[in-house]
Amino acid sequence: MAASLSHASYSATFISSASKVTVSQPSRFSPSFKASTFSPLTVKPLNSTFTPHARRAVTTIMRATSTPSSIPSDTSTKTFHGLCYVVGDNIDTDQIIPAEYLTLVPSNPAEYEKLGSYALIGLPSSYAMRFIEPNESKTKYSIVIGGANFGCGSSREHAPVALGAAGAKAVVAESYARIFFRNSVATGEVYPLESEVRICEECRTGDVENRDDSISVKVKCRVCIRGALYSCFMNLYQVCSS
Amino acid sequence: MASSLVSPSPIPSFIGNKKSLGSSAFPSTSQIAIRKCKKQVSKKIVSVMAPQQSERKPATTGSVKTGMTMTEKILARASEKPQLTPGDNVWVNVDILMTHDVCGPGSIGIFKKEFGENAKVWDREKVVIIPDHYIFTSDERANRNVDILRDFCTEQNIKYFYDIKDLGNFKANPDYKGVCHVALAQEGHCRPGEVLLGTDSHTCTAGAFGQFATGIGNTDAGFVLGTGKLLLKVPPTLRFVMDGEMPPYLLAKDLILQIIGEISVAGATYKSMEFVGTTVESLNMEERMTLCNMVVEAGGKNGVVPADSTTFKYLEEKTSLPYEPVYSDAQASFLSEYRFDISKLEPLVAKPHSPDNRALARECKDVKIDRVYIGSCTGGKTEDFLAAAKLFLASGKKVKVPTFLVPATQKVWLDLYTLPVPGSGGKTMSQIFEEAGCDTPASPSCGACLGGPKDTYARMNEPKVCVSTTNRNFPGRMGHKEGQIYLASPYTAAASALTGYVTDPREFLQ
Repeated sequence: MAASLSHASYSATFISSASKVTVSQPSRFSPSFKASTFSPLTVKPLNSTFTPHARRAVTTIMRATSTPSSIPSDTSTKTFHGLCYVVGDNIDTDQIIPAEYLTLVPSNPAEYEKLGSYALIGLPSSYAMRFIEPNESKTKYSIVIGGANFGCGSSREHAPVALGAAGAKAVVAESYARIFFRNSVATGEVYPLESEVRICEECRTGDVENRDDSISVKVKCRVCIRGALYSCFMNLYQVCSS
Repeated sequence: MASSLVSPSPIPSFIGNKKSLGSSAFPSTSQIAIRKCKKQVSKKIVSVMAPQQSERKPATTGSVKTGMTMTEKILARASEKPQLTPGDNVWVNVDILMTHDVCGPGSIGIFKKEFGENAKVWDREKVVIIPDHYIFTSDERANRNVDILRDFCTEQNIKYFYDIKDLGNFKANPDYKGVCHVALAQEGHCRPGEVLLGTDSHTCTAGAFGQFATGIGNTDAGFVLGTGKLLLKVPPTLRFVMDGEMPPYLLAKDLILQIIGEISVAGATYKSMEFVGTTVESLNMEERMTLCNMVVEAGGKNGVVPADSTTFKYLEEKTSLPYEPVYSDAQASFLSEYRFDISKLEPLVAKPHSPDNRALARECKDVKIDRVYIGSCTGGKTEDFLAAAKLFLASGKKVKVPTFLVPATQKVWLDLYTLPVPGSGGKTMSQIFEEAGCDTPASPSCGACLGGPKDTYARMNEPKVCVSTTNRNFPGRMGHKEGQIYLASPYTAAASALTGYVTDPREFLQ
């Protein structure tokens, strides 16, 4: 459909993010539309309290929409740091936000906050530590570490929304179910990052006493347009620290 | 978290060159592209890496066309491109967008926010709005969500809105249908060759009609509402060839449980699942729907069954819109092919807590159960109830555990009370169910398949063991986190109800 590009002036070109879905940002949308595009990233554990083999370096790439015209010669690296909450494989969206809470409408601000308070409440009782304390509505864990097929099951966008509304900034999982990944990218609620190693086996959920059990996500930014890689500076900090 | 990304300015020169970086530039396996990129990366990125170019450039008379799978063809036509390869990202024209009471309000909210309070949907005849999830409940927000749908449909003059107002008596609502995926089929919204998107993971059910159908989230749906298009990545296709005559004790549910058990819950992630073979051809439409319904349980993007005379016959009285089926080329490339000899398969269950936790029903005969649930888009269609009724009829006995029957739609409910069951001497399904001691068929909706508000009929509010014809058995799926759900075919569910244990239907059918 060559006509696709005649649809008002698209502000970003298509991203071939290899195995993940991309979303472009039509200019008809107001600037608040979060049409960020990411492809799977790998994450480098930076914290020194990790067991030695967890410190193995893996490349960290974040691809995002941008123009090649603004290419400086080096990339910028941003870091965000937080407590991690570790879950296992095949965490389905019913565990992330059980069906009984789906009457909450995410586009309604008050209900958006309420959704956040129920994030990961569906996890079985084998998870000793809760993602959100009983009387709280926000989580102290800004990074969720998952295993394979994170976010499988229902297409409910309430899932990434709940995580984001709760205060999580990123999920680092071994792999994702496609609808959840796509919804995370479309909403911008959590960054869906992919890890090469099974970080979920290396980390333990951080607890209050031992604040060293955290993971730093070091993210470099590059731009991938139709397979051609361009270096690009992107103001990640603005995005990450909101 | 909700900050916006600064949108970069357009790149006219790049857009002009778009064709030269054509879709063939990518290797067919996306993983290779990622690894390729990673290897080129050092901590300081300065170089530009060009994509791998294919050897032939498109000639001025047109590019060389290679065979395409059904899914690739449907997406090619919908994106007005002559040729597509897995991995291509294309803007696809959407033929039908479906939403329901759970995701509709959110999608509408995004639509209004992004396109404007007074924006109009791209086509009032292509949006189908079907309240079905939390209907027969006193939950105020759930009821309000149906009101939100109604207000939107009124304002937008949406042609297909299957409304419900009288919650106390579903029959008093002439427009109300019930479960969206079954309603879409019954109301003729599924047509071969088309693109159907829905804000529900089981939208893939419609692939049974030889169309591309997949689930999307609120944001994507909001976008489609405004533009009628979506950016989709072309999936590679896994082919499942099923040959042989279907044994009398097997149903399509057993086939898909077999497949999911084979490839796992992530075995088809980002892929299309194509079902072919003599067995598939022998299935009626509702059985094909069951097959495609659980494609998402394997992580699949969409499922397809080639349209044939069975499809055309089903559609005869249902749709007046023209359609053009497509079929995989003989030389199309499939990622993998799996072959099954159906005559060797046995009735299966998926044990707690995963749809790929496959086991033979007969090996679970010592599992004591507390209840049986027959319903949902997966196992609450007319054919599903017919199967259950046949088994109850064959046994002549009564159920030993509470057996909940939730017809998917008003039409299914009506069939329960009117269709004669073959070999029963004119009895209806409802009569057979009553004689077997099942619960009275409930109001049609998604019901307890996904738990729902606490007062949902048949919701699992205590930890129980349930054999269910539904599609998921993850922890807490039907309500209680410690509930144990065994996914099964209607035959297996009925057989289990009769014994109070997970039971192979061959105990009653031979």
